[in-house]
Amino acid sequence: MSSTAPADDLDHVDERLLRTSPLKKLLARPELGSVVGALAVFLFFSVVADSFLRASSLGTVLYAASTIGIMAVPVALLMIGGEFDLSAGVLVTSSALVSSMFSYQMTANVWVGVGVSLLVTLAIGAFNGFMLTRTELPSFIITLGTFLMLTGLNLGLTKLISGTVSTKTIADMEGFPSAKALFASQVTVGGVDLKVTILWWFGLVAVATWILLRTRFGNWIFAVGGGADAARAVGVPVHRTKIGLYLGVAFCAWISGQHLLFSFDVVQSGEGVGNELIYIIAAVIGGCLITGGYGSAIGSAIGAFIFGMTSKGIVYAEWNPDWFKFFLGAMLLLATLLNAWIRKRVEATK
Amino acid sequence: MLAAALFATGLTACSSTGGKRAEDARKAAAAQGRAAVNTPRWTFAMVTHSGDGDTFWDIVQSGAKQAAVKDNINFLYAHSDEAQQQAQLIDSYVAKNVDGLIVTLAKPDAMKEAVHRAVKAGIPVITVNSGSEVSQAFGALTHIGQDETVAGEAVGEELDKRAKKKALCVLHEQGNVGHEQRCGGVKKTFGGELQNLYVDGTNMPDVQASIEAKLQADPAIDAVVTLGAPFADAAVQAKKTAGSKAEIDTFDLNPKVATGLQSGTLGFAVDQQPYLQGYEAVDLLWLYRYNADVLGGGKPVLTGPQIVTKDDAAALLEYTERGTR
Repeated sequence: MSSTAPADDLDHVDERLLRTSPLKKLLARPELGSVVGALAVFLFFSVVADSFLRASSLGTVLYAASTIGIMAVPVALLMIGGEFDLSAGVLVTSSALVSSMFSYQMTANVWVGVGVSLLVTLAIGAFNGFMLTRTELPSFIITLGTFLMLTGLNLGLTKLISGTVSTKTIADMEGFPSAKALFASQVTVGGVDLKVTILWWFGLVAVATWILLRTRFGNWIFAVGGGADAARAVGVPVHRTKIGLYLGVAFCAWISGQHLLFSFDVVQSGEGVGNELIYIIAAVIGGCLITGGYGSAIGSAIGAFIFGMTSKGIVYAEWNPDWFKFFLGAMLLLATLLNAWIRKRVEATK
Repeated sequence: MLAAALFATGLTACSSTGGKRAEDARKAAAAQGRAAVNTPRWTFAMVTHSGDGDTFWDIVQSGAKQAAVKDNINFLYAHSDEAQQQAQLIDSYVAKNVDGLIVTLAKPDAMKEAVHRAVKAGIPVITVNSGSEVSQAFGALTHIGQDETVAGEAVGEELDKRAKKKALCVLHEQGNVGHEQRCGGVKKTFGGELQNLYVDGTNMPDVQASIEAKLQADPAIDAVVTLGAPFADAAVQAKKTAGSKAEIDTFDLNPKVATGLQSGTLGFAVDQQPYLQGYEAVDLLWLYRYNADVLGGGKPVLTGPQIVTKDDAAALLEYTERGTR
């Protein structure tokens, strides 16, 4: 150990106690690369798209980012804990379908449906967690199974119950206005229309950051993702931590699902497929390692923001739409590369 | 906490408005079908290029099922948005030796061999929805559907009639030939400028945000045309947020479009009457088996486009709610 320590007067100090400058501390944050990437994307579109910098545009970009960001938060936490959830995209749709169809079929107050949906969604999250910890199969397989089953259930049950592949309108039912206010309202701040999902998103990022950095559960998440066996050896309840993380994904899927329901009032049962990858991409751009043990909630938010800026910036720039997906892919790849490059530079100068 | 709230509201928390109760009342008035003929119980199968959970194909099916009940037909349905799998589904129905086959030709080249095998096996084939230009060459009896380009042209003319200058065509599935034909048709007849916008149809908030962004980027846009009914509502909300004055118009109908037309949030809708495509396909197959009748002399039978405006909306609302328009 002494051979690798600096040869000056710090020789006898444990390297973990070394004082690092605030700048270096900042550079070591997992989300740094994504911040630089976000700035680059922001500057790029500010230059090429003149309507990008308008205040109203900011509201739209933030909305697009928030619908991804709400789910990217728990997905990032889950990835830090070393697991995946491929069912997260369709779970959002399932959650919306349950509240809509329960309220409609029972002719119940909409809030009853919303409550039932929370219980059902959490139960699906718990199913993922229990299956994973009981069978010890990779989460990729478990949640792929759940993904396929939910996709089928969404279509099959909706068709069976409603007779069509989309739900019936519940906009004329009791409780709808108050639920809409909570999940899908819009506030005007300084002339800019901001969707309530942005508040949910910021709130979730704050709570998740607090959990990760200030609570025992947060330590468990890092420990479980860094090495489950080592964590178990020092007394971390690995199974409970993982089930808790899947419950977190389910809870956020419930919030997203209710937003989907109350902003459009009718839910298409085939929606949501493919979104799970977008959540994972946002978490990865935000600095989460696919192998687990490293990442942050704020990073996932910045990842979602980059995604929102890119997908909408292309529209503001009025580029030929034939190339839309290509631009999107290239921007995402560039942002991630920049992110990785900066992290490497930082680690080299440590 | 929410569970507690649930208990507090208890089971008495019923909604006195809307919901299934209101629907049941409506349904009680609607007539139920019964076989009207005593021909043998033939089996007809339908194979479409629909993706999972597509509202449009749901309406086609309900038309086909209604005709099947009336004509004493055993009706089978299968779908896949992958051309190769769609062809395999046709093959399996040919192997089952069904009495009639209804297929869509969204990707005609991939379907050619399978349709030929069906015709060779002596199974009468009718094509619906897409593929009017190749239907006859493949050996089908006839084609029932809307010419997508013609439908687009009708939209272009209607936009001109409404004195629109700059329109946006919102495509919710990149690479769908029919979608390109529709927007191409609009471009052909529309006097103003038309731009295409591609959105991710499986992600509704994203659809809304994309349209919002486009309207903010170009305030000169005075008309938005969506290619599917569910996307019209997203466009209406995007317009509100973007503070745009554009008129929202759409292809296809659903209950929300009908109410939107009624309240004036939507300008017009162009309907290709999917119910008719399913209904006529089954009925014409029955006529062929029973009486060797062929409608239209093998030429395509058009089911659209029909332009639907505020004046028609009230009558259509009831039909869209029961899923037949």
